[in-house]
Amino acid sequence: MKPFVVHSGITAPLNRANIDTDAIIPKQFLKRIERTGFGQYLFYEWRYRADGTPVADFVLAQSAYQDATILLAGPNFGCGSSREHAPWALLDYGFRAIIAPSFADIFYNNCFKNGILPIVLPDQSVQRLFEQVELRGSRILTIDLPAQEVRDADGTVYPFAVDAYRKKCLLEGLDDIGLTLRHEEQISVYETTAPFARSIVSSGV
Amino acid sequence: MADTGKHFPRTMFDKIWNDHVVREHADEPTLLYIDLHLVHEVTSPQAFEGLRLAERQVRRPDLTFATADHNVPTTDRREPIADPIAKQQIDTLRANCAEFDIPFADISSVDQGIVHVIGPELGLTLPGKTIVCGDSHTSTHGAFGALAFGIGTSEVEHVLATQCLQQSRPKTMEVVVSGSLPLGVHAKDLILGLIARFGTAFGTGYVIEYRGPAIRKLSMEERMTVCNMSIEAGARAGLIAPDETTFAYLRNRRHAPPDVEWERATETWRKLCSDPDAKFDARLEFDADQLVPQVTWGTSPGMGADVTGRVPDPADVEDPTVRQSTDLALRYMGLQPGTPIQEIAIDRVFIGSCTNGRIEDLRAAATVVRGRRVASTVHAMVVPGSYQVKQQAEQEGLHEVFLAAGFEWREPGCSMCLAMNPDVLAPGERCASTSNRNFEGRQGRDGRTHLVSPAMAAAAAIAGHFVDVRTFAARA
Repeated sequence: MKPFVVHSGITAPLNRANIDTDAIIPKQFLKRIERTGFGQYLFYEWRYRADGTPVADFVLAQSAYQDATILLAGPNFGCGSSREHAPWALLDYGFRAIIAPSFADIFYNNCFKNGILPIVLPDQSVQRLFEQVELRGSRILTIDLPAQEVRDADGTVYPFAVDAYRKKCLLEGLDDIGLTLRHEEQISVYETTAPFARSIVSSGV
Repeated sequence: MADTGKHFPRTMFDKIWNDHVVREHADEPTLLYIDLHLVHEVTSPQAFEGLRLAERQVRRPDLTFATADHNVPTTDRREPIADPIAKQQIDTLRANCAEFDIPFADISSVDQGIVHVIGPELGLTLPGKTIVCGDSHTSTHGAFGALAFGIGTSEVEHVLATQCLQQSRPKTMEVVVSGSLPLGVHAKDLILGLIARFGTAFGTGYVIEYRGPAIRKLSMEERMTVCNMSIEAGARAGLIAPDETTFAYLRNRRHAPPDVEWERATETWRKLCSDPDAKFDARLEFDADQLVPQVTWGTSPGMGADVTGRVPDPADVEDPTVRQSTDLALRYMGLQPGTPIQEIAIDRVFIGSCTNGRIEDLRAAATVVRGRRVASTVHAMVVPGSYQVKQQAEQEGLHEVFLAAGFEWREPGCSMCLAMNPDVLAPGERCASTSNRNFEGRQGRDGRTHLVSPAMAAAAAIAGHFVDVRTFAARA
C-alpha cells in the first residue's frame, strides 16, 4: 500500500448528500477479477450519458478539475454496498483523499485499506470549502496527515481527527495481514479454547 | 471470556464481542475472531488473488462457506451463462474454492441461494457467533443473536488468511419497538418506517439491538428482514436476542447442534441476552401500533411515505441539503410533488432478495395474488431466495398461484435487487421492489425503484399502481 503523508492537490466539489457506492461504481463494472482498472468507470452514470457521450457539466468533466486528487462531498458519503470497488475506482482515478461531513462505516474502513484518507470535517468547514472551491476557484488544498490538518490556499487550517493506529498504518503503508500474522500464536491459543471455532465440516456437511 | 462472578451488566453485543477477543492492546484495534466467513463471487476474487501473491493459505477453510448468488442468471440453470464476464467470476470462485478447500454451494447445488438466505437455512448461522461476508447485508444474520457485519475485499482476504479481523469497538444502541404490527403491516414496513423517521445514518457507528414487544412477536424471517436493512440505517450490525422462536427455527437444521448437544446449546444461547440493567450508548423508541404500509418515493431508503400519503414537495423542506436531495430524487424518479402515493403507476414488480426472498415473504405475496391477475401494464417476477425456498414454495403450490396470475417464477439469486445479472430495469421503468436499495441506477440505469413489502408489491402488481394492501386484500 502506498503511504500517505502530506498531499497537495486539486479538489473536486461534489455537493450531494448520501453518495452511495452504486453511484461511485455501478454494478455492471463489478465483474472484473482484478483490483485495478476501475477508474474509467468512476461515477459512470453521472459522467456519461446512456449513449456513452460525456456529461459536460459533471464536475470531473470540467477542465479545472481534470487532475483532481481530493474529493469534497456531502454527508453520509459511501453509503450502501460494501463493494471495495468504490475505493479502488477512486484511487485508480487518482483520488488520494475525500473530505465530507460524515462517511458510511464500511466505506470509511475500506479507504484506509487502500491508502485513501477519508477526512471528516464539521458541516460548516465543508460548506466553507465548497465556497472556496466552487465560487472562488481556490481549488488547491494541502492535507497534512502527521499534523492532522487540511490547509486551504488562504492558510486557513482545518484540524481533523483520525484513529492513531489507522494513521500509523497510512503513514507507513503497512499491510494489515502481515501485522495480524505477528500474533499467530495468540490466534492458535484462542482456537483451542474458543466456543465456536468448531469446524462446520465436522458438524455434518 | 471467563465470568468473574461479579455482576457487571452487559449488552448482548458486549457478551459476543468479549467472547471473541483474541488480542487487545492499547492504541491498537481489537483482534476479533470470526466463526463463520461467507464468501460469494463478486467480492472475493481479488482476495484470493492477494493470498496467492503473498503465498498465504486459508487458515480455516472449515469455517468458510461459499456460494454464487450476485450475478447468476435466474433462468434455466442448465443453459450456459450468456454473460462471459459473469461466467468468469463464477468459474473463478469455483476454482478458488477447489484450490483452498472451501465448501462451495455451486449454482447447480440444492444448497445454492442468496448467501444471507442459505446461512440461516443450513444452520450455519447460530446465536453468539461472529459472522462476516463481503456484503453489506450480512447484518441479516443478527436476527439470530449473531454479531454479523459486512466487510470489504481487503478484509475478506484478511479473514481468509487469519480468521480474524482488526476491529474498533462500535457503540451500542437499543431500538425499542412497542406494540405489535397491525394486520397488513409487515417487518419491511417496520424497518422502512424506522429509516424514514430517523434517517439513513441514525445507526452509523453503532450496533443496534432491536428490542421490545413488537420484536419478540416477529417470526425469524421477519426478524431477518429488520436486521437485513440495519445497514440502510447506517448501522454496523443489527441484533435480536435469541428466544424460543429462534430455537424452533434452528432445531434440526443441518449444521445446528445435534440433539445430544441441543439442551446445552440453548442454555448457552439464552445467556446471550442483554442483562436487564445493561447500559446502551443510545436509545430510540418506535411504536409499531401506529405503523402503516410504507412506499419509498425517492433515491435513498429514508425517502419513504405511508401508502396513504403523498410525494413530498421540496418547497416545504427547510434544510437546504435535504431540499436539494429531495428535488434531485423527484427529478430522477419522474414524480410530481404532492402526488398521492396510490396514484403512482408501475411497470415492473420484483419479489425476492435477501431482504424479502424467504418462504414467508412468498406466502404473504401469494395470499394477495391468489385468484387474481397481474395488470396488463405490469411485468412481474418472483425470484426465490434459495433453492430450498423454491422447493418449499413449489410443495405448497405457491408457484402455481404466481404463474396463474401472470408472474414469472425464476431460479434463486440476488437478481434484480442489484441487477448484476440480466434481470434489469429498462431506462424510465418504474418498479415496486421488495429489495433494500432504491439508489439511482440500482436496478438498471435510469430505472426507478420503490421499496415495499412483498404483500404491497403483490397488490401493486395486480392493481398496476400502489394500493393499500390492508384494504386491497379484503376486496373481492
